[in-house]
Amino acid sequence: MAQSFPEDVLVHVFSFLNCDKDRNAVSLVCKSWYDIERSSRRRIFIGNCYAVSPEILIRRFPDVRAVELKGKPHFADFNLVPEGWGGYVYPWVVSMARAYPWLEEIKLKRMVVTDESLELISKSFKNFKVLVLLSCEGFTTDGLAYIAANCRNLRELDLGESEVEDLSGHWLSHFPDNCTSLVSLNISCLVSEVSFSALERLVARSPNLKTLRLNRAVPLEKLPNLLYCAPQLVELGTGVYFAEIQSDIFSNLAEAFLGCKQLKGLSGFWDVVPAYLPAMYSVCSRITSLNLSYATAQNPDLVHFVSQCSNLQRLWVLDYIEDTGLEALAASCKDLQELRVFPSDPYDAEGNVTLTEQGLVAVSEGCPKLQSVLYFCRQMSNAALVTIARNRPNMIRFRLCIIEPRAPDYLTLEPLDTGFGAIVENCKELRRLSMSGLLTDRVFEYIGTHAKKLEMLSIAFAGNSDLGLHHVLSGCESLRKLEIRDCPFGDKALLANATKLETMRSLWMSSCSVSFGACKLLGQKMPRLNVEVINERGPPDSGPESCPVEKLYVYRTIAGPRVDMPGFVWTMDEHVSSRLSRATE
Amino acid sequence: MEVGVMKMMNKEKLDLKETELRLGLPGTEEEIIMGKNLVMNSNGKRGYTETVDLKLNISGIDQTEYQKEKNLYKETKTPAKAQVVGWPPVRSFRKNIMAVQKSDSEETTDKAEIGVATFVKVSMDGAPYLRKVDLKIYTSYQELFDALGKMFSSFTIGMMDFMNGSKLIDHLNDSDYFPTYEDKDGDWMLVGDVPWKMFVESCKRLRIMKGAEAIGLAPRAMEKCKNRN
Repeated sequence: MAQSFPEDVLVHVFSFLNCDKDRNAVSLVCKSWYDIERSSRRRIFIGNCYAVSPEILIRRFPDVRAVELKGKPHFADFNLVPEGWGGYVYPWVVSMARAYPWLEEIKLKRMVVTDESLELISKSFKNFKVLVLLSCEGFTTDGLAYIAANCRNLRELDLGESEVEDLSGHWLSHFPDNCTSLVSLNISCLVSEVSFSALERLVARSPNLKTLRLNRAVPLEKLPNLLYCAPQLVELGTGVYFAEIQSDIFSNLAEAFLGCKQLKGLSGFWDVVPAYLPAMYSVCSRITSLNLSYATAQNPDLVHFVSQCSNLQRLWVLDYIEDTGLEALAASCKDLQELRVFPSDPYDAEGNVTLTEQGLVAVSEGCPKLQSVLYFCRQMSNAALVTIARNRPNMIRFRLCIIEPRAPDYLTLEPLDTGFGAIVENCKELRRLSMSGLLTDRVFEYIGTHAKKLEMLSIAFAGNSDLGLHHVLSGCESLRKLEIRDCPFGDKALLANATKLETMRSLWMSSCSVSFGACKLLGQKMPRLNVEVINERGPPDSGPESCPVEKLYVYRTIAGPRVDMPGFVWTMDEHVSSRLSRATE
Repeated sequence: MEVGVMKMMNKEKLDLKETELRLGLPGTEEEIIMGKNLVMNSNGKRGYTETVDLKLNISGIDQTEYQKEKNLYKETKTPAKAQVVGWPPVRSFRKNIMAVQKSDSEETTDKAEIGVATFVKVSMDGAPYLRKVDLKIYTSYQELFDALGKMFSSFTIGMMDFMNGSKLIDHLNDSDYFPTYEDKDGDWMLVGDVPWKMFVESCKRLRIMKGAEAIGLAPRAMEKCKNRN
């Protein structure tokens, strides 16, 4: 049957398959389909860089043009993963430099990138177009100079929220005069001033530039110059905005924005002086994405600005918006799909703003398309959560952070089990959930029973016993990523559900009660998992086997134990005991 | 006399801490609680209720002016919450940005200063990996040194100085390790010179240097430190 189509036809048919799931399915049909598919796959996504090795990748897919890699576990964002843990991109770049000379795109998240890697990228891939570095670290602006200077066809340079050692802004001047291909430039994470005239000339000679995210060092009064050079911009991230209000700056700004007819997304607003916000009113009605999460503006200026954006689909904002602002949002932005409210003062026990569960309830009532929520607040009730769940059964991502760990329902002082239970029961398409507040094993029972489409779950300071973890591991059929901190989960649930772990990308557990002995057992029994113990105090065998490990990271892999582990990471496999005793000799 | 006794007690506490396998990073709440709950937790398991009980003042001996002010503040206003590592889950990038914005703005209240985190990298000559510390969770140089000592103790097995919790500066004579820092202007200074608060605001990164190199650094400063102790 498979022989009835000539190879050319199959190649042509497969060229319409872009999504990995489809291509993976097709490659399982028979050997010839596998071979045709693998030679025609151009885009690769690797969710955990240690799940596979560069050699294995290259062996299977000989002609790849775009690679996306993720490194450190998500909790690295919150400083739970010690420095030096891993996630180095260099070995990948070295191998790909040899095997994929036509590579065009590299997208990395939470990886360690060195200037050496950037230099190698810039010199190895003649047609390199896209470099996206999200939450990466390890490189300096010298590395960026290589990219600017050598990538003749660069379309996209996005530094995300990476930690860049900012030696100087001079790197930007390395873009040659004949580089006119830029479509997207995001340098918002950089601190140093770049040469404004170099930036202006770069923008002026990039007719396809659609996204420009400036860093704080670009002052307000210079912004109009850039906008006049690039009226075709679709997404703009402003620079610093704190200049005292001056009428000529204001009118220049307002006039420049008038010319930006394509603008759909705004971000930046560092230190925005509220009096300047009206300069952007002319674009508000077209705005679909607004990131004000670094803007210190407060109500009424803040809510007044947001309410003008009647077509808003995505809003990121600080809790300065308060309940009143969210109520106004609910009334004016009926297309809202995603809301993220960040804390302006995360360490203040009492809070300086009136942002409560009411704001979120209002938005859930007023915005029928709301499907993605990240909300930091200081009080929550089961009643509110039940209301939200009933209002929005279309919720896909729900991340709630009540700032005080183990905070109960503030009205009844009960755990928030019922509330979160309602979320998972009503929102049948829920893919991502982060919980907080006082939670018992019962909430995990609800999750295991109802959250059948759940792919990622984040748990902190919750549960009473192993039963909680067991409910999740045995019930959540679609679970791919599970991250847990400070919960009384131990050996039993983990070992009882060992095979489940092979169906998931990864499991993170820190400050829980998983013993060293159990980790060893898991590592020995499950050769296709890497079971890594992170113990900074010393080798895990310095105490009895029943001693809990500090942190545990378990992930499936076909590449075997990794070879780049720092001294505080131990891999649990059949050789672990002998390796540990050798280490202490 | 009193100080001597306190120092002894502190030493004992720390020795006990050393022998226990504890969870969590140095300088975190687990570290701080250890001093209080040694007996209860000798089986190595940490009850989760303890993580919420946070106190900033572990040594108790360093009643510097700033410390006294801070305690006073704690009694009169909302107590400044000592921080659980990584909670609330706000990305360091965001926290650091907010810190910069707060320090730029004119109205910097005590509340704002105490609240916002300041993460700096810490490297030690000879150690294969870096650390990050949040300077805001310490209230004195002593606390910081204690934490640093524990952080890098696995590399200083031979160096009882760290383990005993003595001040790093005490070992100028033995040319061991000196904590240095890079300030806002890019200069490398010896840690301990300026008032604690000023240090926290100007410190960009820390480096624990090997003796020989540090001698070239601000020799007068080293002299000052010797005399201070």
